[in-house]
Amino acid sequence: MNTEDLEATLASPAATDAETLQRLHARLEADAAREDVLDISYRTLDTPLGTLLLASTRHGLVRVAYEIEDHDRVLETLAMKVSPRILKSPRRLDDTARELDEYFAGRRTAFDVPLDFALARGFRRSVLDHLPEIGYGHTESYAQVAQATGSPRAVRAVGTACATNPLPLVVPCHRVVRSDGSYGQYAGGAEAKRVLLTMEASLRAG
Amino acid sequence: MEMKRPFEKIVVDHGATVLRVCMAVLGPHDADDAWSETFLAALTAYPALPDDANVEAWLVTIAHRKAIDVTRARARHAIPVDEVPERPSSIGIPDGHDADLWNAVNRLPAKQRQAVAYHFVAGLPYADIAAIVGGSTDAARRAAADGIKTLRTSYAGALQKGETA
Repeated sequence: MNTEDLEATLASPAATDAETLQRLHARLEADAAREDVLDISYRTLDTPLGTLLLASTRHGLVRVAYEIEDHDRVLETLAMKVSPRILKSPRRLDDTARELDEYFAGRRTAFDVPLDFALARGFRRSVLDHLPEIGYGHTESYAQVAQATGSPRAVRAVGTACATNPLPLVVPCHRVVRSDGSYGQYAGGAEAKRVLLTMEASLRAG
Repeated sequence: MEMKRPFEKIVVDHGATVLRVCMAVLGPHDADDAWSETFLAALTAYPALPDDANVEAWLVTIAHRKAIDVTRARARHAIPVDEVPERPSSIGIPDGHDADLWNAVNRLPAKQRQAVAYHFVAGLPYADIAAIVGGSTDAARRAAADGIKTLRTSYAGALQKGETA
């Protein structure tokens, strides 16, 4: 055996390493949780609206992101704004995944997992606090939400608060529409908003 | 702007290399524990790591210290025997060639084993290795060269024996 072959063998991973790494990753998730050094866990979830990213802190669900938001960028923002101690740790998001599955199957109309609003501050936060009061299958206009939050002239700011909602679906910003009844913008895309409102309206009627 | 990446990306990008470094320095049996302790310590310290730090060198430095801990613990609990028995790996079954390779690396003297692991497995420059293990850059380079020379004979020998057996 020549030196180049030997050096190449030392540098290149063996086929069996992948399995080992999968097991070691699971052990790291458990160790990190036990030592309380895991600040953010995340997983992905396949839904009728594409793959969602779900991320939680020790306080609760902190981020739900659509594919078009770019999951890598979402995780980088979480690293910067909350903590870079982030691991893919699906089991810690089992409850959220189950509730979202039930929602998309038409068997759930509200979510009860704990939420962490670390990514929403000030007026945006007070808008998000109001949104769960808009019930399943109902809508409010941006102006109505502004009124309800005690700042009737802050219609545009309500729009921004909805557009930057870190917890779409779970905090139902899709139920806020334009005063003329048209759907308006949505973090998951206008088509996603239409699908959600159509689904909720038909299930409420049925 | 330099930015701290999510730690998951660090595990995905460097996990395999650190695993092979641990196997080279400690053998497959203890590599499991060394890898786990390395990444747990790294996750804990990660927020304080400077954004422009060389992550791979940082991880190898932690792995080096963890390997020393594991070696010391092993020495404390060791019962002297005349001949070292072949131990089954606790981390899956490395394929034949890989097991032969790590066995050959593990038989090298400590300094050579470390220099081979950190240069040829992790790809660190000799100056970084000298900073991790102590001594001069030249000494690290010599240790790696001596290690590779021995391996060329011992590992190639084991391969040939395996092929003819």
